[in-house]
Amino acid sequence: MSADMIGGRQATAAPVSPYAIELKGISKAFGPVKANQDINIQVPRGTIHGIIGENGAGKSTLMSILYGFYKADAGEIFVGGRLTPIPDSQSAIRAGIGMVFQHFKLVQNFTVLENVILGAEDGAMLSTSLSRARRELEALSTEFDLDVHPDAVIEDLSVGHQQRVEILKALYRRADILILDEPTGVLTPEEADHLFRILAGLRDQGKTVILITHKLREIMETTDNVSVMRRGTMVATVKTAETSPEALAELMVGRKVLLEVEKRPAVPGRVVLSVKDLRVRDENRVERLKGVSFEIRAGEILGIAGVAGNGQSELLQALGGITRATGEVTMNGVVLPLSGSGANGQARREAGIAHVPEDRQALGLIMDFAAWENVAFGYHNAAEYQMNGLLMDNAAIKADTAAKMAKFDVRPPNPMLPAKSFSGGNQQKIVVAREMERNPDLLLVGQPTRGVDIGAIEFIHKQIVALRDAGKAVLLVSVELDEIMSLSDRIVVMFDGQLMGERDPDKTDERELGMMMAGMAGKRGAA
Amino acid sequence: MDKMPRWADVVLVPLICLVIAFFFSGILIWAIGQSPVEALTIMVTGSLGSTYGWGYTLFYATNFMFTGLAVSIAFQASLFNIGGAGPATLGGLGVALSCLFIPWPHWSLALAGSMVAAMAFGAAWAFLPAWLQAKRGSHIVITTMMFNFISYALMNYLLVNILRPVGKMDPASARFDEVTNLPQLGDILALVGIPFSTRNPANISLLIALACAVGVWALLWHTRLGFAIRAFGKSEKAALYAGISPVRITLYAMMLSGALSGMMAINSVQGEANRLLLNSVEGAGFIGIAVALMGRNHPFGIVIASILFGFLYQGGSQLALGTTIPREVIVVLQALVILFTGALPYMVQKPLERLFVRFNQGRAA
Repeated sequence: MSADMIGGRQATAAPVSPYAIELKGISKAFGPVKANQDINIQVPRGTIHGIIGENGAGKSTLMSILYGFYKADAGEIFVGGRLTPIPDSQSAIRAGIGMVFQHFKLVQNFTVLENVILGAEDGAMLSTSLSRARRELEALSTEFDLDVHPDAVIEDLSVGHQQRVEILKALYRRADILILDEPTGVLTPEEADHLFRILAGLRDQGKTVILITHKLREIMETTDNVSVMRRGTMVATVKTAETSPEALAELMVGRKVLLEVEKRPAVPGRVVLSVKDLRVRDENRVERLKGVSFEIRAGEILGIAGVAGNGQSELLQALGGITRATGEVTMNGVVLPLSGSGANGQARREAGIAHVPEDRQALGLIMDFAAWENVAFGYHNAAEYQMNGLLMDNAAIKADTAAKMAKFDVRPPNPMLPAKSFSGGNQQKIVVAREMERNPDLLLVGQPTRGVDIGAIEFIHKQIVALRDAGKAVLLVSVELDEIMSLSDRIVVMFDGQLMGERDPDKTDERELGMMMAGMAGKRGAA
Repeated sequence: MDKMPRWADVVLVPLICLVIAFFFSGILIWAIGQSPVEALTIMVTGSLGSTYGWGYTLFYATNFMFTGLAVSIAFQASLFNIGGAGPATLGGLGVALSCLFIPWPHWSLALAGSMVAAMAFGAAWAFLPAWLQAKRGSHIVITTMMFNFISYALMNYLLVNILRPVGKMDPASARFDEVTNLPQLGDILALVGIPFSTRNPANISLLIALACAVGVWALLWHTRLGFAIRAFGKSEKAALYAGISPVRITLYAMMLSGALSGMMAINSVQGEANRLLLNSVEGAGFIGIAVALMGRNHPFGIVIASILFGFLYQGGSQLALGTTIPREVIVVLQALVILFTGALPYMVQKPLERLFVRFNQGRAA
């Protein structure tokens, strides 16, 4: 990529260089994995610069190098035109770089003010720092429309507000260049819009913003320029106004991508799962699932739409044998125990139920375990994983893992790596491979593409449809309405632990479903 | 991703910790007017300078292997078992009952019987806190510690009131029949032509402890139960998703831990004392925690750490005999080693990581 492709706003002052940040020939390898290869990028001052790429493309590694978490194997970093080595995050802060992480680094029971000065106290006496910081914070907060009260306690704030505290932290440390890593993953659409207004305001004040994301819509709506990464290399840097989502998707994945799922009409068969009056109470004895009844037939995908926290998680966990429930659940004509020692994940797997949980990091995987151990996880009693009655056949599990990794295109395809060192999309592929390759009669799948990149989303959606076409039943829970609408053969909407009614995906629209998700539509027959 | 090679993490870090501990110990000895060099010489020659010294070192090490493995297996299930001493005490009772009341025809059968009794008594004693944790949520750190004290009191009662032979004054059981005496390590090594002192308590239990280390390794990394224990230890929520029962794993891991602690008694009660004494565990339960920490929770690391602590025990007692250094100072030395190797490895780990990163960069440049 040459510099003449990049335009953006002209810098207002007379700086040494028109670029806030310039990276030249950055390379970084982790063992055999080349996370970044000869990356060149120029970020013009006073612009919002998007960096887009699939999970595992090397975006986070690149930003970690810029923020001093990793040291590049080769290459140079120029900040404001000056060669600036960044061996640690302190140097990055001194160079005027601030970072807002995907997972916030805030002390939950401290106030906003305390969090902001944490690590930037000047002197031993806290009170002088606090009063000075308070004035500055209020000025920053009004200047950039951040709307956070300095004395609010973090745990009382919404996720969107917490994120703004992170931005304040960076600004308080005199950041001129703000890096945001997947900032909207945890935000509601409204909060995301507010964030983008804040970012635009920052840009207009002459700050430079680097936005890392895998969401094409955000790139198109907010950035001035966008750089695309694929498999550790920088494949293109273009002006956002001169590109399209389709072109970016193709650059990211390296081939044409279907943004819609292709599927034939369902051919429903016999009833696989029948649920009658299912109820779940949480540990505080509050009823979270209030008598839910539905059926799923072989060869169909039943989508459950709903705003997060309306009982969908409890439904999945009750069916997956994780939480106790009451009611009647019949699987392939056999009544399943819903409480007592017979109600557990092992028994459900034996009954032919596979479960891709909503939270793969907390439930679906053990992050410290190697990929091969995670592939055996939940199926560690399976006969083909045993050498004899006593010992497990670790070699067989590793071979099986390698095969599954190849089939599901998990990268890097190394069974020995711990789960935590895979990207989100690849972690999800490991879970999906483990659950689907067991050929279950019923697949429970929650938020299958949360935090997963475009290429992997397409792949996972195809696998779910293929399982349906093979005559299996699928229960899909997702908060992404697009996903529900494009995958499901039938949609039921869940609100406050109850089903609000069933709709045919071809005969409904987002507006109607949205009303039902808000509990505003009357019941029109049970599912 | 790895900031430093694995060997540095596993070998170098504990070694550096050890050197720091010895450095501070040296200052301490110097401060009370003794020669640190002379003290170290006495410790090394006393514990490693002769097969007699080695015998004692390995005898102590055997105790620590059992309790260290016991602590580590509970650790793997994320259970911080402070109660190595309780099951070890009860294991002693099991061994004593087996040796006193069953007329064994041969030492090998007596050993087998003692092992079964030691494991059963140890596991049973660990079962109670495990059950309280699994079913009632009573924290295992508190309950295991309390059960240690209950075990001491129980032993006191039994030895004073029931097991003490008529006419004897000291709270100890009768001497076991000679047929139950275990083969000395010296006798065993003589079979393969290695001359080794027999005037020390090292016995066949050492080989059993080593076998247990291999057994624990195989259990944890090559069996379904070990898989479930490790998975549960890493994430209880995920374990539940996989259908691993928290109650069952807590019980199994703690009972295995108790059984291993109990096994210590074949070394100390049957192997050395040949009778049940009041304090047969002698702090090995707690040393087990330090050994497990220093051995990085890996059975083979625990074997090495146990030998180190065996050296400290034996070297320390030689120091008490050979110098005017008060006995308390030796305890302080052991405490320093525990402090630096068990509790403070991060202090060494982080700077060392930076050093390796810099070294690698220097090589890459």
